Amino acid sequence: MIRIENLDFGYSDQKILNIPELEVGESQHLMILGKSGSGKTTLLHIIGGLLNPRSGKVVFGDLDLYGLNANKLDRFRGQNIGLIFQKSHLISALTVEGNLSLTQYLSGIPKDRARIKEVLSDLGLAEKLNSKVRRLSQGEQQRVTIARALLNRPKVILADEPTASLDDDNASKVIKLLKNQANKYNATLVIATHDQRVKDEFDVQLDLNQL
Amino acid sequence: MNLLLLSWNYIKSKPLNTLLNVLLMSLGIAIIIVLLLFSTQLDNKLSQNQRGIDLVVGAKGSPLQLILANVFHIDFPTGNVKLDEAKRLTRNRLIKTAIPLALGDNYRGYRIVGTNHDYFNLYNGEMEEGELWRYNLETIIGSKVAESLDLKIGDTFFGAHGISVEGMDHEEATYEVVGIMKQMNNVLDNLILTNIESVWMAHEHEEEHEEGEHAEEKQLGSAYETGLPDGDEDDEITSMLIQYRSPLGAVQMPRIVNSSTNMQAASPAFETARLFSLLGIGVNMIRSFAYIIIIVSGLSIFISLYNALKDRKYDLAIMRSLGASRGKLFVHVIFEGVIITVIGGLIGLVLGHGLMEVLASYYEKSEEVGITGYIFVNQEVWILLISVGVGVLASILPAFNAYRTDISGVLAQQ
Repeated sequence: MIRIENLDFGYSDQKILNIPELEVGESQHLMILGKSGSGKTTLLHIIGGLLNPRSGKVVFGDLDLYGLNANKLDRFRGQNIGLIFQKSHLISALTVEGNLSLTQYLSGIPKDRARIKEVLSDLGLAEKLNSKVRRLSQGEQQRVTIARALLNRPKVILADEPTASLDDDNASKVIKLLKNQANKYNATLVIATHDQRVKDEFDVQLDLNQL
Repeated sequence: MNLLLLSWNYIKSKPLNTLLNVLLMSLGIAIIIVLLLFSTQLDNKLSQNQRGIDLVVGAKGSPLQLILANVFHIDFPTGNVKLDEAKRLTRNRLIKTAIPLALGDNYRGYRIVGTNHDYFNLYNGEMEEGELWRYNLETIIGSKVAESLDLKIGDTFFGAHGISVEGMDHEEATYEVVGIMKQMNNVLDNLILTNIESVWMAHEHEEEHEEGEHAEEKQLGSAYETGLPDGDEDDEITSMLIQYRSPLGAVQMPRIVNSSTNMQAASPAFETARLFSLLGIGVNMIRSFAYIIIIVSGLSIFISLYNALKDRKYDLAIMRSLGASRGKLFVHVIFEGVIITVIGGLIGLVLGHGLMEVLASYYEKSEEVGITGYIFVNQEVWILLISVGVGVLASILPAFNAYRTDISGVLAQQ
């Protein structure tokens, strides 16, 4: 599903990492391990189409991500890649439904209220449809971001440190939830983390500390 | 959800900030609207009332006063001129028509104007009921006079000396209402028209009380339709409204009058232009003030957007990550500025009209001149365009910042 070819990346000139080749198959899951500052987030952003690499290719199926023009890349990202960040970063001026319907609008997918309700009830948030985002608990906010990432039935789900601020119990719950949902949509899950608690859950692992 | 709704939700989430910006904007727009309505209507009314009058000839004094008193009927007359001298002037071949006016009396604040039917026709007057006056002491009255004094055909009244309410009554000369004019929205609405002889009679009674020769029977006016009335060498009129036969009149006539007679000539067009240039200083100052308010409101919108976007850079980066193009974010921020200024502009529009109406009902004179808040002028469309323009200007820099959002950079800073 995702193929990385001869990728050079790094966020400063001193430290440039190279991945000669990496392939993650459909419905396989990849864990990117690394200490903070090792370039996990940068790599994740490159895979997610948010940041141009110095050189090399990111290929989705047959599609070279950075061969697309800016607007097409934006649209492709909106429709095919679900992003989950460490902090929830919801739009606090909107309700839960507003956040999700904005997601549909911005990615260019027709408004589908039934889908919004479906994905919210999957994550146990059905009755929060009209709540203001500020009124939700941290855990609920994170589940709304997961709902947002899943809304457009993405082929790839990228999660940046999703468990960093959670206790053991909740960390494994979130990982299970992400894996279940990814399997349900037949999507590839990529998690960047330094959290040793979750590393046994993944078949493909990339340890940036060893590059 | 769409961009407009998204921007609206952000605006709603900061009610106080929005209130301040909308208030500033609407205040500026309201002042401009009031000035616009006032000057447009005043301009219209003045040009309506001076239409067809090339020159006013009357007693020496202030030319502006001559115009204000004899054309617009809002100032005191400059004095009287001899009938004979006026008659001599009308024989000049440059003059096409000369309408005589005899002012000086009022009935409960409404001016009694001695003149002839030409004056009525000059303003395209029409009768609501009754007919034009012919006999001395017969009058026709304007629609506002009829309405506010509740006068009907056949009613009689005494004129009072002077042109304000406090004058003394001429109890000997009894005017009779023979006709009521339609509402014309010009000076006719506030006037009582009669023969020049009627005005003389009201005054002669004081001086020649003993003669008693003006008996019961009515006298036909000597020039009720057109021209100047017969009269002896002591008789006077207040002024003449003159129309030239050819444009040459404008060159020669004022000079002839001012140098070779005891009268003065004033051009309504010139004097009102002069009046406006005097008024214009004040109007311009108030208008500049209004524009300053609008600029401040634009600045205030700019500052709040600029600050808000600093807090919202994560929101913007998230929106980009969800598939929004740079252009969409740009438009989103522009919408936010424009929504505020357009709401401000619309409120200002309503406020301006309301304020004009309140001011108009507060000052009695404005009703006489016919100024109201219930009127729309074409330039108001420009005001709305200005609102949109201020919104765009205030938000263009913040919008450009939003356009340049570095998604990865912002999202990595968690």
